[in-house]
Amino acid sequence: MPTKAEKDALTGTELRDHEWDGIQELDTPLPKWWLYVFWAAVLWSAIYFVLYPSVPGISGYFKGVLGWSSRTQIEETLAEARKGQAKYLDRIRTTSLEDIRRDRALLTFAIAGGKASFAQNCLPCHGPGAVGRKGGYPSLADDAWLWGGTLAAIHKTLEVGIRAGTEDTRTNTMPTFGGPDGPLKPAQIDDVAEFVLSLTKRSTDAEAVTRGAKIYADQCAACHGKAGEGNQELGAPTLNDQIWLYGGNKTAIVAQITKPTMGVMPNWGGRLDAETLKMLTLYVHSLGGGK
Amino acid sequence: MAKFSHAVLEKNVILLLIGTLITVSIGGLVEIVPLYTIKSTIEPVKGVRPYSPLELMGRNIYIREGCYSCHSQMVRPFRDENERYGHYSLAAESMYDHPFQWGSKRTGPDLARVGGKYSNAWHVQHLADPRSVEPGSVMPAYPWMLTRELKVKDIADHLRANRTVGVPYTDEMIAKAAADVAAQADPEGDHDLDGLRKRYPKAAIADFDGDPKRLTEMDALVAYLQILGRMVDFKKYKTKDLQQ
Repeated sequence: MPTKAEKDALTGTELRDHEWDGIQELDTPLPKWWLYVFWAAVLWSAIYFVLYPSVPGISGYFKGVLGWSSRTQIEETLAEARKGQAKYLDRIRTTSLEDIRRDRALLTFAIAGGKASFAQNCLPCHGPGAVGRKGGYPSLADDAWLWGGTLAAIHKTLEVGIRAGTEDTRTNTMPTFGGPDGPLKPAQIDDVAEFVLSLTKRSTDAEAVTRGAKIYADQCAACHGKAGEGNQELGAPTLNDQIWLYGGNKTAIVAQITKPTMGVMPNWGGRLDAETLKMLTLYVHSLGGGK
Repeated sequence: MAKFSHAVLEKNVILLLIGTLITVSIGGLVEIVPLYTIKSTIEPVKGVRPYSPLELMGRNIYIREGCYSCHSQMVRPFRDENERYGHYSLAAESMYDHPFQWGSKRTGPDLARVGGKYSNAWHVQHLADPRSVEPGSVMPAYPWMLTRELKVKDIADHLRANRTVGVPYTDEMIAKAAADVAAQADPEGDHDLDGLRKRYPKAAIADFDGDPKRLTEMDALVAYLQILGRMVDFKKYKTKDLQQ
């Protein structure tokens, strides 16, 4: 075995100290540029170790000379973003909904902001453009409102939700009229359903309507109104229009009287900030049905 | 002594083995040991509690169905994520998760703060038929969860197993596990709801799947989804409180 590196006669490069069947390997050094980049990277990692959080210890870690933290960074990023919009957001916070509505520039900002928040938070239930979805998710783009369509009413509904399980939430209960414990027999429910159909001139059984009218007056009129006009104070739906949460044919009406389905809307007051709630209110109000 | 070079290690199997062991051990120790010793890893926030038995069963179903392959549970500290999902996730929020469900891929949205965002009925409809509420969704449908009875016979064992790995379930929680499962999915029934609320604050209590007579996998999964991200009240904390 050679003790000193031999040089290859042809290239002048050093040879490795092993050979197989007379074949030897060149020991070509690394390119200089590569070596410099490597050492620069090592040096950079040492600097990085000093500047940024790096070495863990037993009861803490070295926090770095710069004191950088991802949590401080996100706070600063959010604060900066807020500052960029402060011109509008600060005024939205302090201005009443009615006044924002009269301020064209502010309203434009609020509706754009409301639209973005709607897409993220409300669309899964109320659908794109707030057209509503089957299964009890009402359209917000028409002028039929369960709990009121004024700016104040929409804002309140957004803030506290409906049957959201909190103390201040909007809530009502449509009683269960059918079943073994219900106050009405199936035949009576059928009569009431005929009466409800007659409110939109769709009943075909005049006798049942007469019988149903009496039951309706006793059991339903207190909330839904004598002529089915509804009551937004109580969140009782209108029954004399063509808009139905759970379907408007007789089967659906009978089902809803027998064993009612009652929808739930989350309370957004705890989830979204005050400005976003206001922007959402103005956006929903602007969709066409705002009172 | 001859000059030390990698050739020495490469030519001696025992030396190579010892060298490898030392190197790998250093890497492993540096990564693992501090996790047990650094207190600051878990932020000192209040409100994080062990999952209620029904939520825990829901979590098991979440894992069984591989929800984590498409949904993360980790809001990262970036502006876009904070504006879309809410406050960034804390280590403390998954300290009772074994294993945690942070995930690594989002085919669907992040679920770390999905609790309370939608109604129970929406979740049920969406799980049974995603396209009926989200026409562009590519999520698979899980209609069988509405009909599969939830297996609750071994619920106490699930709590005990979690206690073994450090989740602070009390003896009372374990003793009442089966009763709490029944209570959380049946608020109209004759159950100890106050006890349930005391043991598991903020738990969503409802007949989640709309069928009060049956306890289905849907009940459990929706109960789990409805608690995600709701345990910590972030209004109480400033950034400096959350520094790790």
